[in-house]
Amino acid sequence: MKALGIILAGGNNSKMQELSNKRAIAAMPVGGSYRCIDFALSNMSNSHIPKVAVLTQYNARSLNEHLSSSKWWDFGRKQGGLYVFNPTVTSDNAWWYRGTADAMYRNIDFLKRSHEPYVIIAAGDCVYKMDYNKILEYHIEKKADITIVCKDMPVGDDVSRFGVVRMNEDSRIVEFEEKPMVAQSNTISAGIYVIRRRQLIEMLERCAEENRHDFVTDILIRYKNMKRIYGYKMEEYWSNIATVESYYKTNMDFLKPEVRRYFRAEPKIYSKVDDLPPAKYNVGSDVCNSLISSGCIINSKVENSILFKKAFVGKNCVIKNSIILNDVYIGDNTHIENCIVESRDTLRANTYFSGGDGIKVVYEHNERYVI
Amino acid sequence: MIRKEMIAMLLAGGQGSRLGVLTSEVAKPAVAFGGKYRIIDFPLSNCVNSGIDTVGVLTQYQPLRLNAHIGIGIPWDLDRNHGGVTVLPPYEKSDNSEWYTGTANAIYQNLNYIESYHPEYVLILSGDHIYKMNYEVMLDFHKENNADVTIAAMPVPWEEASRFGLVITDGNKQILEFEEKPENPRSNLASMGIYIFNWSVLREALVTMSEQSNCDFGKHIIPYCRENGRRLFAYEYNGYWKDVGTLGSYWEANMELIDLIPEFNLYEEYWKIYTKSDQIEPQYIAADAVTERCIIGEGTEIYGKVYGSVIGPGVMVGKNTVIRDSIIMQNTTIGDNVTISKSIIAENVAIGDNVELGIGEEADNKLNKSVYSFGIVTIGENSVVPSGVKVGKNTAISGETEAGDYPGGVLASGESIIKAGDII
Repeated sequence: MKALGIILAGGNNSKMQELSNKRAIAAMPVGGSYRCIDFALSNMSNSHIPKVAVLTQYNARSLNEHLSSSKWWDFGRKQGGLYVFNPTVTSDNAWWYRGTADAMYRNIDFLKRSHEPYVIIAAGDCVYKMDYNKILEYHIEKKADITIVCKDMPVGDDVSRFGVVRMNEDSRIVEFEEKPMVAQSNTISAGIYVIRRRQLIEMLERCAEENRHDFVTDILIRYKNMKRIYGYKMEEYWSNIATVESYYKTNMDFLKPEVRRYFRAEPKIYSKVDDLPPAKYNVGSDVCNSLISSGCIINSKVENSILFKKAFVGKNCVIKNSIILNDVYIGDNTHIENCIVESRDTLRANTYFSGGDGIKVVYEHNERYVI
Repeated sequence: MIRKEMIAMLLAGGQGSRLGVLTSEVAKPAVAFGGKYRIIDFPLSNCVNSGIDTVGVLTQYQPLRLNAHIGIGIPWDLDRNHGGVTVLPPYEKSDNSEWYTGTANAIYQNLNYIESYHPEYVLILSGDHIYKMNYEVMLDFHKENNADVTIAAMPVPWEEASRFGLVITDGNKQILEFEEKPENPRSNLASMGIYIFNWSVLREALVTMSEQSNCDFGKHIIPYCRENGRRLFAYEYNGYWKDVGTLGSYWEANMELIDLIPEFNLYEEYWKIYTKSDQIEPQYIAADAVTERCIIGEGTEIYGKVYGSVIGPGVMVGKNTVIRDSIIMQNTTIGDNVTISKSIIAENVAIGDNVELGIGEEADNKLNKSVYSFGIVTIGENSVVPSGVKVGKNTAISGETEAGDYPGGVLASGESIIKAGDII
C-alpha cells in the first residue's frame, strides 16, 4: 500500500444552476448509470489504493446516500476502507471547511495515523479513467515534491474556469494561474495531485498557522518556485462537469462509441447497484441514437438523448437532445428538446419544454400521479 | 445459541434436462431469465422479501455458474454474520458417501446444517419456478392451523388438472388425500413443490425414511407424514406461478414479460427481484435501430431491429439484423444482416453475418422430439454459428460449429449439431 486516497467532493458551483440545489457536484449522475464520484472512487479501487477518504461539505445528503455502502467499489475491507469526512464542530473549531487545504487539515489525524508514504488527491467532479500508480511512478522518477496531472484542452476552448499551467521542457511547472482572466496556455490542471504524506502534513500545518485555506492558491501556487512541482500530461479522456454546459456535453460524449467503449472496458467503473428490471420498450417506442438505463419504460420517440434509471416516457412524446435524470415520469404528448430534466420529477401530459439554442434545466414540482 | 424461526432449503441441484442444450453446462436454476435474471433469483428474492435470512442452497449438477452467481449472497443481502446463504454440495462422509439421490435425501444429508440454526420451521423450495410469494403469510397460515406440514397449492384449470399432482382438501383446507396425475381429477388444487414443515416433524420423517432409496418429498416424505396422522394443510396461492421446465414454457414465460402490463410484473417497487449483475452501463440504441415490444438488459448495443424479444445484458446486435420473438442471453454477439425468428440463444454465443435462424416448415427433432419442439431454434452457451448459414425450426446447436457442419449451408428443421457438452 504505497498511497492513500483523498477525494475532494465538497464543492459547489453556481454555474450548475438549479442542478446543484439537490446535490453536490460529485453526486451528479453521469453517463446513464454512474455518479460523478464513481470515476475517482473506481480509479482508486482499480489502482489498488484500499484506503480512501471522501471530504464532503456542500449538500452532501445525496452523496452520503450513494456512499452508504462501500462494497460496490470494493472498499469493504479489513485493511483500508472508505471514510467519509463531513465537517464537524470540535472544541477548537466551529467553522465549515473554509477551503480544500482546510478540509484536509481538519482531518490531519487521518493523515498522521496512516502509514502510506504517498497521498493521491483527486477532485470528485471529473469524469476520467486513470491508473494512479502511473503518476506515482512518474512522481518518484522526477523526484518531485508535488505532481499535478495536466490536460491539454482543445485550442479555442474557454479554460478560464480552470487552473491554467505552463511547464518547462523538464515538465516542471513554471506558471500556475487559477481561473485566469486571460489564459496564457491551454494546459490545465486536471485536479489530481500526488504528494508525499509527510510533505502534505507539513504544508497543511504551515497553511493553518498562516490562516490560509486553499490547496491550489495557498500551496500549489505559493510553493511553485520553492518546491519541485511537476506536471504529468494525460492524453486520455478527461472532463469536468462543473457547469451546466460541460455537464451536458460530458453526458452527450457517452453517445460516441469510442467514449462509451473506453469507459466500459476493463478496468471498469463501479457504482451502487440499484436492482432495477431491464428497460422495456412498448408499442410506439421509437428510440434512436440514445442511451437507455435499466428500469426505464418507453412508449414514444426518443432521439439523441440519455435516459437515466427508471424514467417513464408516456405516449406520443418527443424527447430530443435531452438528458432525463433518475426516476422521472413524463406524461403523454410531452415535448422535451435541449433540456436537462431534474431527477424524481414529474412532467405533466401535454407540456412543452425547449432549451432553444441553449440548455434548459427543467425542474417542475408536480406531484407524481402514477396509477 | 443462534436460533432462527424459519430457514429455507432451496433445491438447486437438478439438471432440467428438458431444457436441452441450455442446461448442458449449467444447472437449471442458473439459466438466465427475463433479460437480466437467473431462475434462482426468484425464490432467493422471495426469501429475502419474506424476511428469511438463512438459506441453504443444495447444489449438485454443474454448480460452477450457480456458485459464482450466489457468491456470498451480496445481491440478496444474504451476506450475514449469522445465517445468510450457504451453498451445500454433496460431501464425503466416513461411511456411506453418496450423491444427493432425491430431494428429501439431499435435505437428510444436511441435517447438521439445519440443526445448527435450531429452527422451528423449515421451508423447502425448488429453484426452478418463476413466481413471487410471501412465505411469511404462508407461515402464518401454517401456525393458525396448528399444522405439521403446509403445502402451497394453486388452482389450475379443470381441463388441465390431470397433468398435475393434486391435493384434495376439506373445507378448512386440511389435506385429505393426494392424487398424482389422475384421469378424473376430484380437485384442481395443484401442489407447487413448496413446503413448510415443523422441523421436529420433518426431522423424524427424514431419519425414519433415511434408508429409502431416492427419497423424495412428493413420493415418500409427504405420504409418510400423512400415514402417520400428521396435520397436513394446503395453502392456496393465486398469483403468477410458472414452471419453466420445458423450452416451450421457458420461451412463453419470457414472452409474457413483454406484454404492456405483464401478469408477472418486474417493475413493482415493493417486491423487487435481486440479481448479481456485472454490467451496469446503460444500453445504446443506434440511429437506425428499432426496439418495439421488448425488454433489454444493461450494456447491450442495438444497431438492428428487435421486435417482441427479451435481450440480456452485454449483447451486440449488428446492423440490418432483425430479431423477432426470441430470447438472447447475456454477452452474445450477433452479426450484421442476420434474421432470427423464435429462437433461444444462450450466453456468450457468437453468430456471424447473414445468418437466418428459424426458417421453413416445422419438422420433428430427430435427436429428441420431446425436448426440441414448439418450433424453437435452441443454441447452447459458448456456441459459434458461422456466417451465411440457414437454420430451420425445432433445431439445436451447441459448440463451435463451422460452415462444413451445415450441409449446403443449411441445418434443416428437426436437425441438431451437438459439438460440446453432453448429448441430451
